[in-house]
Amino acid sequence: MSHLRLKVEFGGGLELLFSNQRKHLVTVPPVVPQGNEGEGPADINFLVHWLKDNLLKERPELFIEGGTVRPGILVLVNDTDWELEGEGDYELKEGDEIVFISTLHGG
Amino acid sequence: MAPKSCALCRNAKAILRRPKTGQQICKDCFFRVFETEVHNTITEARLFKQGDSVAIGASGGKDSTVLAYVMKTLNERYQYGLNLFLLSIDEGITGYRDDSLETVKRNQQQYDMPLKILSYHELYGWTMDRVVSTIGKKNNCTFCGVFRRQALDRGAATLGVDHIVTGHNADDIAETVLMNIMRGDIARLGRCTAICTQGEDTIRRSKPFKYAYEKEIVMYAYFKKLDYFSTECIYSPDAYRGHARAFLKDLEAARPSAIIDIIHSGEAFEVKDEVRATQKAQQTCIRCGYMSSNDLCKACSLLEGLERGMSTAAITDKGRRKLEAQGPAPDNLRTIPYFHPPNSTITNDSPEQPQVND
Repeated sequence: MSHLRLKVEFGGGLELLFSNQRKHLVTVPPVVPQGNEGEGPADINFLVHWLKDNLLKERPELFIEGGTVRPGILVLVNDTDWELEGEGDYELKEGDEIVFISTLHGG
Repeated sequence: MAPKSCALCRNAKAILRRPKTGQQICKDCFFRVFETEVHNTITEARLFKQGDSVAIGASGGKDSTVLAYVMKTLNERYQYGLNLFLLSIDEGITGYRDDSLETVKRNQQQYDMPLKILSYHELYGWTMDRVVSTIGKKNNCTFCGVFRRQALDRGAATLGVDHIVTGHNADDIAETVLMNIMRGDIARLGRCTAICTQGEDTIRRSKPFKYAYEKEIVMYAYFKKLDYFSTECIYSPDAYRGHARAFLKDLEAARPSAIIDIIHSGEAFEVKDEVRATQKAQQTCIRCGYMSSNDLCKACSLLEGLERGMSTAAITDKGRRKLEAQGPAPDNLRTIPYFHPPNSTITNDSPEQPQVND
């Protein structure tokens, strides 16, 4: 099975943790190890860890907390609130656009 | 998962779950309910009257950018008859405020509103860069916060406006309630949830986003593609607020209504008359005429400490005693220009103040 190509975008100041670049094209495996020995489809929780390991340049604690994104970071899946898409359990598809926006900066 | 349809129009695809209600709604319904709720907040609190001049405190960040856009939209849609201005404070933070002010200047064009920028340098003779290079990164947020509050009033007085609106949102207010509880600050707890505050002679100040969740403000800016600036202040954020904020975000993750619940708790809080009687009455600063609960307002005290090389003079008891031990303020001390609030009868019985310009 070929890798999934995704568009990932950071906003609200999060881009500063990712080489100060807002838009990234990434490819991730469609099936990934899950829990003890099993395998499963790549989901957003996997993507968050993958981004931390492969793209994030500094201060991981501002992006990831307790196995998912830090509270206060909004996530959109193809321009829809991830809360409508199963949050971290959303299974990634070829061509998905995932946006992470921090709400934690001043106004 | 199959796409869900909007809980309001039952037609278009839902794109957002509202934290306040849990409803899943589409983009057009989201814009409409967000704007209508702000309109309802404004009309229920009777914040404005026809012909008012209103300054929008604009930092270039998400909240004030969305506020400027929504105020313009509502002013046109509901014919409030307001003259809107953008008012920005330049704290003098290189690499932070200079960049965000560029955003405000673009907003000025985009929203076609006059813009006034007032700098700490102009008003106090000190930029935050210079404050931090003098006192370090401890207490610098105290200086910045006190200076900004007064600068906004003074900028508004220059513009001759009746009213300042700020982008404080529901999350900010809930944080402040929590902070005031943790600090035991009864006086602030009693007033921090007020939608509109007005000292005896200062300009009205209000928060049209009092009930607007930060999540919705950010989503609104995202879907409207509004141009805002989002960088952390380079001089470390207010650590105490940071703790309250992280705690609130955890609460919100567990139960989204927590934010509005905390605001309602704050509103329901009443200070006993006996306690209220012990609180200091508002007066005006003998040096600069700004409202104050002591002879000297906080900004004048902080500025005197800076000017006399004792930056903790207005922050710690030890610093204050050290300053007092050195005698009264010298005659040539730099002071803040005397404050004349708009639309007020000025009885100028203040002592003459020497002005020193740097």
